[in-house]
Parts: sequence; C-alpha cells; structure tokens
Amino acid sequence: MVPSSYYLILSAVLFTIGVIGVLVRRNAIVILMCIEMMLNAVNLTFITFSRYLNSLDGQVFVFLVMTVAAAEVAVGLAIVVSIFRLKETTDVDEINLMKW
Amino acid sequence: MIWFILLFPLLGVLINGFFGYRLGKRVVGIVGPAAVGLAFLAACGMFLGVIQSPHAVVNTLYSWITVGDFDVSLSLRADPLSSLMTLVVSGVGFLIHVYSVGYMAEDERFIRFFTQLNLFAFSMLLLVLAGNFLIMFVGWELVGLCSYLLIGFWFEREAPADAGKKAFLVTRIGDFGFALGVMLIFATFGTLDFDQVFERAPELLDGTIATAITLLLFTGAVGKSAQIPLYVWLPDAMEGPTPVSALIHAATMVTAGVYMVARTHVLFELAPLSMGVVAWIGVVTAFFAATMALVQNDLKRILAYSTISQLGYMFMGVGVGAYAAGIFHLTTHAFFKALLFLSAGSVMHALSGELNIQKMGGLKDKIRWTYWTFLAGALALSGFPFFSGFFSKDEILWKAYQNAGFWLWLVGIVTAFMTAFYSFRAVFVPFWGQSRLDKKIAHHVHESPRVMIVPLVLLAVLAFLGGYMGLPHFLGGSAVEGFLSPVFAAEEGTHAVEVGAHTAGVGLEVAFLGISVVVALAGIGLAYFMYVARPTVPVALARGLGPLYILLSNKYYIDELYMAVLVNPLKGLAGWLARVFDARGIDGLVNGLAAFFGWSGQTTRQVQTGSVRHYALSILLGVVVMVGYFVLR
Repeated sequence: MVPSSYYLILSAVLFTIGVIGVLVRRNAIVILMCIEMMLNAVNLTFITFSRYLNSLDGQVFVFLVMTVAAAEVAVGLAIVVSIFRLKETTDVDEINLMKW
Repeated sequence: MIWFILLFPLLGVLINGFFGYRLGKRVVGIVGPAAVGLAFLAACGMFLGVIQSPHAVVNTLYSWITVGDFDVSLSLRADPLSSLMTLVVSGVGFLIHVYSVGYMAEDERFIRFFTQLNLFAFSMLLLVLAGNFLIMFVGWELVGLCSYLLIGFWFEREAPADAGKKAFLVTRIGDFGFALGVMLIFATFGTLDFDQVFERAPELLDGTIATAITLLLFTGAVGKSAQIPLYVWLPDAMEGPTPVSALIHAATMVTAGVYMVARTHVLFELAPLSMGVVAWIGVVTAFFAATMALVQNDLKRILAYSTISQLGYMFMGVGVGAYAAGIFHLTTHAFFKALLFLSAGSVMHALSGELNIQKMGGLKDKIRWTYWTFLAGALALSGFPFFSGFFSKDEILWKAYQNAGFWLWLVGIVTAFMTAFYSFRAVFVPFWGQSRLDKKIAHHVHESPRVMIVPLVLLAVLAFLGGYMGLPHFLGGSAVEGFLSPVFAAEEGTHAVEVGAHTAGVGLEVAFLGISVVVALAGIGLAYFMYVARPTVPVALARGLGPLYILLSNKYYIDELYMAVLVNPLKGLAGWLARVFDARGIDGLVNGLAAFFGWSGQTTRQVQTGSVRHYALSILLGVVVMVGYFVLR
C-alpha cells in the first residue's frame, strides 16, 4: 500500500496552489477555478482517510462537497457574468465600490 | 395644631407666589400679614398647650429618609423654648408684615416681597420648631436663602446684589461647620433626633468629641448670628429693605444661632471649652461691634452693629450657662431692635430715603410718632431702667459675673456704656438740634401712614413692658426663666448652672443692678453732652483721636483684610479653575474622548479597501489563526 502521506501531501499542495491562486490571480473565472481546485484537494483528503481508516464516511462527505461545489460554481458564475455585463471586465481589482 | 403654625405662612407663600399677580397688591397686602398673623394665633394656641403640659411633645408627620441606619422623620417639637421662639417670630413678624404693607406700597415688586417674606417666616418657624437636627438644618438653610433673596431685593443696583451674595457666602462658611457638626453627631449617636441625642449624650460623649461637635455647631452660629469673625455680612445687609433688616437681621434669623446653642445646651455643657469659647466670642464681639457703632453715620448701620453687639450679649448669656437669660434678651432685643429698625425705616420714608444722620436734625417735632417710638427703642437698648432691655441685659451681666467671673462682666459693662452712648447718639443727632436737612427733602417731611405707625407703637409698648416677664430674683423672679425651666433644668449628669443664683446674695445683685443703671445713665448723659450741649466736641474729639477715629469708621479695615487675604485669592483660584482646569482640562478630556473615538473610527475604516483580494487574504489569515490555535494547543 502506498503510504497515506503521499496522498495527503498531494492534497495539501493542491490546496495551497488553490489558495495562492485565489489570492494572486486577477481574473474572476480563474479565481473560481482555483476555488474548485481547493474543494477537490479537500475531496482527495477525505477519500484518502476513507481508504486508510476503512470507513465510508469520507466518501459520503465527498458527495456532499461535490454537490455544494457544483451549486456554488453555478451561483458564482452567474455573479461574474452579471458583473461583466456591468463593467465589461472580469478583473477583481476593478470591483472596489465598497472602498471607504 | 402645631402644624398650623407652619401651614399658614406656607399657604401665604403659595398664594402670593402663584396667584399674587392676579390677586393684586391690595389682596396680597392682606394675605401676607394674615398668613403670619394666623401663625401667631396658632403659636398662642401652642403656648397655652405648653403651659398646661410643659414637657416636650414631639409631633411626627412622616418618616422622611430611611436609608440603612439613617432614619430621619419630619418631626416638630413643642416645648417651652420652641413655644417662646415661635411667639416671638410670628408676633414680631406679623407686626413687621403689617408695617411692610405701608413701607413697600410704592414698590413694583410688592407681591414678590411678601412671597419671600412669608417664605422666610415659614423657614424660621420650621427652624425653631424642628424636632431633629436635619429639619433644623433645612430651616437654617432656607432662612439663609430668604436672607439672600430679601437683601438683594433691589437687585438691579449693584450694592444690594453684592450684599446678598456676601451674606450668603459668609454664612455658608458657618453653615459648612454646622453641617459637619450635624454629621459628627450622626456618626457619634447614629440618630439626629433631639430627644435621643440629648438623652444619650452624657454617656456617649467624652470631652473631645463633645468639644468638636459643639465647636462645629457654634461655627454655624457664628456665621448665622454674625459674630467674630463672620459678622461682616450684616452691615452690608442693610442694603435690603428696612422691614427685612428688622425681621431677619434683628429679630429672627440672626437669633437662630442663639436658639441653636440653647437647644443643644446639653451638648455644650459636656464641653466646657466650647462654652468658654461661646461666651468670650460673644463678649468680644459685643465690645468690638459697639466700638464700630460709635462712629457710624448711616442710621441703619449703627443699628446693624448694635445688633451684632447685642447678639454677642446673647451668646455671652448662653455661653455661661444662663440660657434663659440669653433667650430672654433675644426676646426683648427682638422687640426693641425691630422697633428701632422700623422707626429708622419711618425716618427714611419721611426723608425720601436719606440715611445719613449728619444730614438730619430737628426731626423730633416733625415726625412725632416716629421720634417717640424710636426713643422707646433706644431707651430699651441702652438698658434704661424699667424698659425691657434693662432687665434682660442686666440678667445676662449678673449671671456672667456669677458663673464666669469679673473680666467677662467688665467687658460686658463697658460695652453697655458704649451701647447707651451710641443709642442716644442715634437719638440726638437725627432728632434733636438744628435741622441739617437738604432743602428738597425738608419740604416733603411727613409722618408715616397709620399702617406703619401702629406696629411701631405696639412694638414700643412691648419694648417697655417686655421686661416684666424677666424680673430679677429679688423682685419676684423671672417668669421667663420659670417658663423655660423644663427645657433647661438640670438633667442627670449635667451641672445645674442656674443654682448659682443663690450663692451670691441679694445685696450684691442689687449693687450690680445699680452699676448697670449708672452706666446706662452715664452713656446717655455723655451722648447728651456731646451732641446736644456741646456739639463741637465730637468733631474735636474725632480730630484729636485721628488715627483711632479713622480705624473705627473704616470698621478696622476688616472687610479690606478679608478681601485681600481670602476673597481675592479664592477668586483667583476660581478664575483659574474656570479658565484652565475646566475649559482646557475637563473639556479637553471630554472632547478628547470623543476625538479618540473619531480617530479610532477613521483608522479602522481603512481596513475596508474595497479590494476583494485583500478580503480573501484576511479570510485566509483568520483561518490560519484558528486552525493554528487548535493544532498548537
């Protein structure tokens, strides 16, 4: 059996890349993709533990996570589209009306 | 029954205060005196009740304050002392109210005058009827307030306004001591009720606490009753209307201090040091004030210094344990001093406000009634035989000699000489001799209306007959002393000072009486010599004794001294506190607090950059912190 740490480290690295992507990238759609990546990294973690603890709970939770991810992307993209219609850009730096 | 004494003046205040302007001068001029007159009738009723059952009856209306151990109720006390005081206050007060109807008739603020005068009557009656220290203190403060209001009655002018402030501030100093004394009483006894305090006093008080309490209470008396060093407000208080001077500053308010010492005599007897202080301050004040009265040219100011001096006599009386004598002199003094002031007011009325006796002269034929009543008052004040002042003053001097020795008596008798002298100076200079009146005033000289003359005559009768209630022992004994004996009789533990009367013989008493008579006649005679027979003498004497004369007529520069040492530094301090401490310090603090919140708001709002990526970063940081906390725990 492959040591569980391989999967966990992979999942951690994916999560980190996703986080950095959310913080660094300016394109709203890319940010959404990075969020997806974070969610999938978490999925991977759940699966790993499900496998190595011989419990199905992890996999059940993955289902839920995926569902939420799907719903969230739908809503998020709808928001991005709406903002694009207003501002002709997907650059998040342009969305700063809440500045004091 | 006893509550009616307070109720009528209070109703007077309410009616005159709220409805006065609608009722008009005529009605107010009836309601005002009636309020006090009815109070007098109620006081007579109380007097009859007290004669029947002379021990104290305490009447409680309701429990006013109950906070933990502090339990004070609104209670009034009916005993011989309060009965006598209420009779004096309401009786003399009534006559003065009637007089004021005439005196203040031209004044615009007639209605307000009667409102305030009724308020004063209420306050003073509350003070003397009080059954515990707190009610007495309430009355004490209220009379101070009324004094301020009434002295500064004509407040558009600077002098009365300043005089009112001065009176209030100076008596405040005394009142502060008085309040401390009351607090100390509470701390020692746990109660403020007269009966309880006086019963427990002998057991609970050792010398030092008793001395502390009594000295503090006495400082209140020093302020209110214008003794050294807090007498300075009384001469200035003459800026007020003359009825005010008569009522408040001769007959009643200033006697509150004497009443208080008499009321708390149980405490004073436990502190011989305080008694000595009272007696000596009394006699020194009497002497000192009499010297200043010798050279005053303002008729009311002569009477003001005379009041201070006579109050000194009263304190001398109570200070040597002769409480009945002190209260007796208080009563007779109320009669003749009110009479003198009201007569002076009558003179002013006749002369359109002139008060300088050097600008008067030869009035005795022009304003006869005023002259004769003033003369009656002066005879009483000088201690002329058979007038009331003679009996009361002599009683005090005699008791002083018996209980306290030669020196106290000597200062007292010298002061009596000066008293006779200045009283008759005040008779001879304005009323006798050639007229020195200003031409315009001389045309208008007229006698006062009947509403003013009748009270004068009544007071003159009292000034003459009032003495007969206090005859010396060998002539039948003092009715006043007998009446007041249930209050002042020796209680267990306190020494019976009155018994001393029997130790010295009747012969000695007659001798002292004789000395008093001689002294009074000598004073009158000297005044006659200097102001009628040889009018050039006073001027020559004043020139000859130049520096002394200047010192006396400038009142020993005490006012200037106080101004320099106390008033101006305090004003400086107050100014500093107002400009620097308050404006910059306190306002700076409050504004600074507001500014601080503003600053913190300004600073905090900068978190809201509007940038999504910053917000994402802060979310991440938050998560890291939380997870880190749980991981590292």
